Amino acid sequence: MNASTETKDWYAGRFARFEEGLNGASQSPLHALRRAGFAAFAAKGFPTTAEEEWRFTNVSPIAATQFQPAFDCEESGVTEPDLRPWSLGRTGGIVLVLINGHFSGGLSSIPASLPGVSIGSLAAALARDPALAERYLASARGGGDTFTALNTAFLVDGAFVRVDDGVTLQEPVHILSLASTGGTPLLVQPRHLVIAGKGARLSVVETYSGRGPGVYLTNAVTEIFVGEGGGVEHDTLQMENLNSYHVGTTLISLKGKASFTSNAVNLGGALVRNNVSALFQGEHAECTLNGLSVATGTQLVDNHTVIDHASPRCESHELYKAVLDGSARGVFNGKIFVRQDAQKTDAKQTNKTLLLSDEATIDTKPQLEIFADDVKCTHGATVGQLDEEQVFYLRARGIGATEARDLLTFAFATDVINRVHVDALREKLDVLLHTRLRQGRVNLEV
Amino acid sequence: MSLLEVRNLHAGVQGNAILEGINLSVGKGEIHAIMGPNGSGKSTLAGVLAGREAYVVTEGEVLYQGKDLLGLSPEERAREGLFLAFQYPVEIPGVTNMYFLKAALNAIRKHRGIEELDAMEFIALVKEKMKVIDFDQSLLNRPVNEGFSGGEKKRNEIFQMAVLDPTLAILDETDSGLDIDALRIVAEGVNRLRSPENAVVVVTHYQRLLNYIVPDFVHVLIDGRIVKSGGKELALVLEEKGYDWIREESGDVPADAHAAGSK
Repeated sequence: MNASTETKDWYAGRFARFEEGLNGASQSPLHALRRAGFAAFAAKGFPTTAEEEWRFTNVSPIAATQFQPAFDCEESGVTEPDLRPWSLGRTGGIVLVLINGHFSGGLSSIPASLPGVSIGSLAAALARDPALAERYLASARGGGDTFTALNTAFLVDGAFVRVDDGVTLQEPVHILSLASTGGTPLLVQPRHLVIAGKGARLSVVETYSGRGPGVYLTNAVTEIFVGEGGGVEHDTLQMENLNSYHVGTTLISLKGKASFTSNAVNLGGALVRNNVSALFQGEHAECTLNGLSVATGTQLVDNHTVIDHASPRCESHELYKAVLDGSARGVFNGKIFVRQDAQKTDAKQTNKTLLLSDEATIDTKPQLEIFADDVKCTHGATVGQLDEEQVFYLRARGIGATEARDLLTFAFATDVINRVHVDALREKLDVLLHTRLRQGRVNLEV
Repeated sequence: MSLLEVRNLHAGVQGNAILEGINLSVGKGEIHAIMGPNGSGKSTLAGVLAGREAYVVTEGEVLYQGKDLLGLSPEERAREGLFLAFQYPVEIPGVTNMYFLKAALNAIRKHRGIEELDAMEFIALVKEKMKVIDFDQSLLNRPVNEGFSGGEKKRNEIFQMAVLDPTLAILDETDSGLDIDALRIVAEGVNRLRSPENAVVVVTHYQRLLNYIVPDFVHVLIDGRIVKSGGKELALVLEEKGYDWIREESGDVPADAHAAGSK
């Protein structure tokens, strides 16, 4: 029996146990979705580096581990003080806490009533309105992806945020996801659903981290639907334990005149895959994808983005940066599709990597597939070390050599942080980066 | 004792000798001009004094305020009051002029045991210095030199000089790429910063900057050696007659001229 079959059998066993626990609910449309998800996962299994999409990212450590799906957040032992390091500034904000992928009402902080706004657990939202499953979750365009299929197979809970037509939610929604692990390797699979109505505006911040010594895999899927003329900012801060794995998939659909910005900051994890995929479903929409990865040691951070210009007259901007030290490895793959009808598309992609050591590496690949003829598409990638002429300029003004290098490294990274509009998160990122980027290195111990 | 004493300085880059025995003495309150044709070693001299690591000193010594300058790192030289105005000021995206200058000034103050300035004190100082050199406030909050015009970059160098208040300023071809108005503004800035306690070394190819910054001494640098020194009138002669007559006078006849003469 090879490793692949062994892995499939393991998850087939987990899935069977999961189904037993559902009792009568196994006839629901949601469960039909789960079954389809599991079938897709079982058919494909975990990817190997023979697959183009995973050429530089070997997930065999994930495939070789028998992760136990976390079915609830009971007995996790997490209390309010455990959350403090991850809170965003002041108390009283909107915070949805997920422990091991499951909503914790006791630890969350949600205002009693906000007109036109619905915030809570996805499980509760699905119980209230089972049609959500078919209307939104079934449309996951990443259905073919093994990790999304695995998430769908065990789909139970996550965050649910809906803002009705014309409503602006001023306060950012913070989705705080914490893995709490002991000895058993844990599979943490939150599923988030964010729906912005016509002209609705909101910001969502997802943070990921872990507590306890155990190994876990966070396999999170976030689906975001932005209605006509709506605007969503989606920020993620990934700071998983350094012995654990993180696969994050964000799927965005934009109607006409909608705007969407993603700022994905990856600082933690042993092996990280960040998938962001946006689809234009109407004209004059705008999408901005930004990312910052800071890694060292043997960390691997893989960013895969897709922007699908399926409608004419849409604009996309993309800036992904990485600071890599030690033997860290980075991967960037940026796909931009411009469909035949998508005339007047304006797409710009930039990928910049700063290597602080000789052993750190990056594989970067822009991938533009353009089928329309009246479009503007640009892309550029740079990989390099600090500019010694800049270092000398700072030193020639009295700034010490190490301080000069730190200043330039910070300036390189903060370019992305400055694009975050959620003040409390930007300030937190500022502090985090200042502590991480010191003495000419990427520092993990803070 | 002079402020700067260069003795028999030999330096080069990657095994190529560029400076071949420079002797120069700069006293407090003086302005020295170093002139010479392209490739004579002017920028190398400025670079060696500021501490550019690409240059290797093979012989000689440099005393600054009686101390061994060549043993100091670039930042230590800056903290001791040496300032190089760059021929090609560097763009630094992501670092604002204000942040950069405050970090530089406070590094210098810390080194000298003077209390570092807080944000308010620093802004007050900057406002005062901006008047001295007519510097546009909007450039302060922009990243260092990013998107600046050639003239704005050079003016930024002089503005930095005003804020950091150096004891010895070396202006490396500050006139290059400047139109006559920008040249005058930059020169006026330098003149206003002049005092009996500091000194300026102006490195230039052309005489025109010296119409505005009037030197006490002019030195002619050819093929890595100072071959002639004089007063400000020497610059005018150079403007009129070029450099070749000096080569001949000093016996340093260009190779091709020598070959022609032997026929």
